[in-house]
Amino acid sequence: MISLAGRDILHGWSKYVLTGLGLGLLIGVTLTMAGVYRGMVDDAHALLANSRADLWVVQKDTQGPYAESSSIKDDVVRSVRGMPGVAAAANVAYLTMQVQKGGQDQRVMVVGMEPGMPGAPGYLVAGRHITRNHYEAVADVKTGFALGDTVRIRRHHYTVVGLTRRMVSSGGDPMLFVPMKDAQETQFLKDNDAIVNDRARTAANPAFNRPGSPGLLEAVQALQTSSRNVNAVLVQIAPGFTPEQVAEPIRRWKHLSVYTRDGMEDILVVKLIANSAKQIGMFLVILAIVSAAIVAFIIYTMTMGKLREIAVLKLIGTRDRTIAGMILQQALGLGLIGFAVGKVAATVWGPAFPKYVLLLPGDAVAGLVATLLMCALASTLAIRVALKVDPGAAIG
Amino acid sequence: MKMNPQTSRRLLLGGLALALVAALAFVALRTGPLAPIKVQVVEVKKGSVSPAIFGIGQVEAQRSWMVGPTVAGRVLGVKVDVGQAVLPGQALAEMDPVDLDQRLAALDASLARAQSAQQASGAQVADAQARRALAAANLKRNEDLARQNFISAGALEARSQEVASANAGVAAAQANLGGSAQDITRLRAERAALAQQRGNLKLVAPAAAVVTAREAEAGTTVVAGQAVLRLMDPASLWVKLRVDQGRSAGLAPGLMARITLRSRPGETLAGQVARVEPLADSVTEERLAMVAFDALPAGASLGASVGEMAEVTLQLPATAQSLLLPNAAVVQHEGQTGVWRLKDGTLEFAPVTLGVQGLDGTVQALGGLDEGDTVVLYSQTALKPGARIAVVEQLVPAGGAK
Repeated sequence: MISLAGRDILHGWSKYVLTGLGLGLLIGVTLTMAGVYRGMVDDAHALLANSRADLWVVQKDTQGPYAESSSIKDDVVRSVRGMPGVAAAANVAYLTMQVQKGGQDQRVMVVGMEPGMPGAPGYLVAGRHITRNHYEAVADVKTGFALGDTVRIRRHHYTVVGLTRRMVSSGGDPMLFVPMKDAQETQFLKDNDAIVNDRARTAANPAFNRPGSPGLLEAVQALQTSSRNVNAVLVQIAPGFTPEQVAEPIRRWKHLSVYTRDGMEDILVVKLIANSAKQIGMFLVILAIVSAAIVAFIIYTMTMGKLREIAVLKLIGTRDRTIAGMILQQALGLGLIGFAVGKVAATVWGPAFPKYVLLLPGDAVAGLVATLLMCALASTLAIRVALKVDPGAAIG
Repeated sequence: MKMNPQTSRRLLLGGLALALVAALAFVALRTGPLAPIKVQVVEVKKGSVSPAIFGIGQVEAQRSWMVGPTVAGRVLGVKVDVGQAVLPGQALAEMDPVDLDQRLAALDASLARAQSAQQASGAQVADAQARRALAAANLKRNEDLARQNFISAGALEARSQEVASANAGVAAAQANLGGSAQDITRLRAERAALAQQRGNLKLVAPAAAVVTAREAEAGTTVVAGQAVLRLMDPASLWVKLRVDQGRSAGLAPGLMARITLRSRPGETLAGQVARVEPLADSVTEERLAMVAFDALPAGASLGASVGEMAEVTLQLPATAQSLLLPNAAVVQHEGQTGVWRLKDGTLEFAPVTLGVQGLDGTVQALGGLDEGDTVVLYSQTALKPGARIAVVEQLVPAGGAK
């Protein structure tokens, strides 16, 4: 028994392989697109997982530090620590900003955290954790900083003492972890010009600069420059409690908004990246249609090119099933080559993308099944033409 | 033997297919979730750790003065400027005396008048005494006459009354004299008080110091207690250090300190903890300590300015020999603190009790590990028990991150 499909491929192998390669690159793009979407979702999940929090306590009626601005006093954490079911609670401050990296601006999310508490990086790839309570930083490797580098944030210089990986904001910006007090200062302290202007304005106000009340002006000015706010309190719950059990009393008695992990995931994954996901979904659909069209077109042209041979086959009494099988096998083979090339290509170029591209094995399997189905469907057009051919055409 | 072109083509295609399958297999197993997690391991060793306390603070002057008037008034003149060194007792500024001089002159006149009054009183005493002497003589003569019954008893009684009156007159005159002396004392005291007030309007340096601020100029009206000039003793500069309460164990007076001033980031100055404040800051959760300089940096100016930021590292004595871990190896897993230990090639979580930590990130492992255990130092992602791992020499190439 000889393989008709194999023989035919051997006959025009270069065309076949090149077609497979081209199709592969198209499938690679499709897989990458899916990877980009998965990467966005994974960025959001990474943010949640890296914070190692079970509950997010945020300003009342806000959606928390990731979706909108939330500001609470930094002593709220103490009252939260005293609530039933709270195992650990820590202040955290998030601030997206540009830092200088070798003369170029690098967008990072500065995270103010308390070492060893929720919100701090869980693992490192180099260096050490922060041991001083000021002017040290742990950076994500994607920031491009190396150990010992100096980062200038506002008026202070921070030394990078540790590197971590996959610590990103929901937008994919790499994180830079700094001690809590420094982050508070960075986020809420005004720049020097603003402080000087404010001082002058306060001094010009007779209510604060009253003759006969020495010290009043100084007191008012000291009050203006203090920063005692954080963005959220991260809570880890004690064993034996459900997140909702712990969240409800905080909501009721502390008058703060509390999100559980599910709630936060909903905000991050569903609300924040919904539009981007739809955009990518549109691309995926278009790419799938284009791929199917190309496969159908290629198989159809290949079949048209050997209509005479098919007529001969028919003439010598080959069954329709065998001819259909040949075309289907060729189409499926094309799909397999395309998939393999696409998968390899996507894996190779994936890390070069500026944002995280996550290629899941599940997506790959789904892609394979979709490709084969597409190829099978696309081959039906060619099969119809082949079966309709008149055996007489072979000698006509 | 020449190869059949059909066969060679088949071999070529087969090779291509094999290469593709191999690439696919490599890709599936080496990347993505099926790939092993790369980790870098370290062996637990014994050693001692030198814990240190790090904090930031501000340069402050231990001795500083606000020089100002004790009563409200207008500044007449300021004689010194900011940065100028002053000696104890040196006149720095003067307040406007307003009517004090006139009041002094008035008191002087009152004093002169009181002295005249005293003289008049003295003369009155002499006059009264003369009257008394005359009355006494008259009485004596009349007593003799009365004994011989030359005059009536009534006439003698009149003489006695004259003597008593003269005695009373002397007493009154002497009292007047005493009163005028007291008047003079009162006026002298009043004048002295006024002179004191007048002197108080001169603001003088309480000690050898440097002028740090000139807060009022001639013509400014200041209230009692408001500063016209601020002074400080430049030899008394120290750092008010703030240390995170959670990392302040061992903070005690006498600890050696390394001070880095904001103005001299590359320079380390020696110092010593002079005092640990009994009151901690409950809002910022920091403890306060005063760190004195061993020697102030020399320079054209003071060498350090008050209010300047300083970073201070306090070295604590090294601990006894114990197991040591890099703090990068310490992770939180299911609410426990510990490390990932490699045992027979598989990962297991070992809860560890941690001791003190050095500033270089070395931390004491008090329990839960044995010497020579291999633990995960760095990992590519968060680890789970039994996760597939591949041990590598270095996770991030030295000298730079990708």
